[in-house]
Amino acid sequence: MEEKSSVSPMVLVHRPPAIDFIDEPLSHSFTLLYTHTSPVPIPHFLSSHAASVRAVVSVGRLPMTAEFISNLPSLEIVVCASVGFDHVDLDECKRRRIAVTNAGNAYGEDVADLAVGLLIGVLRRVPALDRYIRSGQYTRLWDYPFGFKLSKKKVGIVGLGSIGSLVAKRLEPFGCIISYNSRSLKPGVPYLYHTDILSLAADNDVLILCCSLTDETQHIVNREVMETLGKYGVIINIGRGGLMDEKEMVKCLMEGMIWGVGLDVFENEPEVPEELFSLENVVLSPHSAGMTLGSLGNVTEFVLTNLKAFFSDQPLIFPVQLD
Amino acid sequence: MAESPLVLVHRPPTMKYMDEPLSRYYRILTTHTSSDPLPIFLSRHASSVRAVVSIGRFKIDADFLSHLPSLQLIVCTSVGTDHVDLPECKRRGISVTNAGGAYSEDVADYAVGLLISFLRRIPAADRYVRSGKWAKYGEFQLGIKLSGKRVGILGLGSIGSLIAKRLEPFGCIISYNSTCQKQSIPYLYYPDVVSLAANNDVIILCCALNDQTRHIVNREVMESLGKNGVIINVGRGGLIDEKELVKCLVEGVIGGAGLDAFEKEPGVPAELFGLDNVVLSPHTAIATPGSFNNVVELALGNLKAFFLNQPLVSPVRLD
Repeated sequence: MEEKSSVSPMVLVHRPPAIDFIDEPLSHSFTLLYTHTSPVPIPHFLSSHAASVRAVVSVGRLPMTAEFISNLPSLEIVVCASVGFDHVDLDECKRRRIAVTNAGNAYGEDVADLAVGLLIGVLRRVPALDRYIRSGQYTRLWDYPFGFKLSKKKVGIVGLGSIGSLVAKRLEPFGCIISYNSRSLKPGVPYLYHTDILSLAADNDVLILCCSLTDETQHIVNREVMETLGKYGVIINIGRGGLMDEKEMVKCLMEGMIWGVGLDVFENEPEVPEELFSLENVVLSPHSAGMTLGSLGNVTEFVLTNLKAFFSDQPLIFPVQLD
Repeated sequence: MAESPLVLVHRPPTMKYMDEPLSRYYRILTTHTSSDPLPIFLSRHASSVRAVVSIGRFKIDADFLSHLPSLQLIVCTSVGTDHVDLPECKRRGISVTNAGGAYSEDVADYAVGLLISFLRRIPAADRYVRSGKWAKYGEFQLGIKLSGKRVGILGLGSIGSLIAKRLEPFGCIISYNSTCQKQSIPYLYYPDVVSLAANNDVIILCCALNDQTRHIVNREVMESLGKNGVIINVGRGGLIDEKELVKCLVEGVIGGAGLDAFEKEPGVPAELFGLDNVVLSPHTAIATPGSFNNVVELALGNLKAFFLNQPLVSPVRLD
């Protein structure tokens, strides 16, 4: 049996400078090393300081490329402080037999809440009308374009995983008619299943993108899908920017091929196509979906749980499948 | 064939949506097109009028009614009837109908939309992105989770009940204060607004405006709600002491508000324009094409029933 080390285990934290919520909680149990405070280029820093590091906590969406991983010869686990893990080179992790975990259901509810908030925001024009008042234009009642009712709106959910299901449950009392497309039909689910996104778009007025970003789902919403959705169509994206062909989306909006969008994610955050700034039926959100105090607390708890489990050879929670 | 009945339409110049539907069945007279002062116009042209359609919130007071000796029905296209002198109508034997449940879903949807927009800072974040600040300064501030939030509904009528149903899947904990407390209602009841405010994180106002409810949300209620508390108003502006509300928002006595109604619409207190802890809305809760269609149908239904001596579809109690 190994002797317990008297020094707390070393953990490398790979995070953007501004996102520091995890530092203090981790510091109670672990000795922390940070990539962002390194005065030298990261590969150099890792070689000289992180050769014995067995665990990395990945925060924000800073890429963990094969090159980065190659500078960590002792690495055995990447603990993601996010649900998304498309920023981690999974092939390299698989090759090196590095375990990867994510934040499971830490903020699924928050994401679903935001999806509904964005949908109401687009259909009922909440931010646009707030702007209208603040700019002094509110001088007559009902002197602006109206939005749309939610009742009986046909909503197609792309990806009926945990988040998609939470979104569907929230939309039911509004009288929305829910259908979905997913990798496979979900037995026991009361919503109509479509075998592909094109038929989902043909049958619905709204698409809500809740699936993860993979090679198969890259640009899954392309021009054809948007034309099929039609000129009253609304797309809400709380997944990843890469799910949509962003250039085509901008064109479709400007040409009136679709009615509006609510976007929490973009292909190249924090860059947002400037053409969107002047469009009225568009609600823009700075990747806020998981960003509440409660959610960060959940994420922190899951990260700590996995680190403690790893260092005591216990089973991990929310492991990511690497094949 | 008898001439179609004459109906008086009392509306602001811009609200024309009832004209065409009404003119399919009735001859219409509008109050705003005459250059005569209103009393003279009414005496000259409307002495035989039995029905008035009231759009917007132009007052229908005792003086107005005194110039319409044949009046027996007022059809309001709003749910609120606070602009109508109901006791005077009762005294004169005039029935009043309102928009019933025509708007209820849309108002309920909007109330939830305002709440999510406030807690998750949707309009403020949209401003942040549009102004280029996300690219320049990075992460926007954290929002507030909905799950576990205690929401107190003031007025559990048709709109309040629909709001409660919509908030349940979000994990909100619902309580209410209402003129009716029923055993069958599954939510916790509070006997007055102050205790409702004291025990909730959010209060949503969806009750009627009358003498009892005018300024029902006053300073005491707001202090009771507290510095993290949120007010969502999809009722009437007059439910809140607006001067005090502005002070409480600016001073941080309450956390914030989502406001679809103001005391003197379209006037909105300018002090609110620069605040991030408020979502402002131009009486939009009812504004979808679907709602207006419902209201048109309902108004026509009430008029038809009236002229056929049948029971009215959405009568308002006059006491």
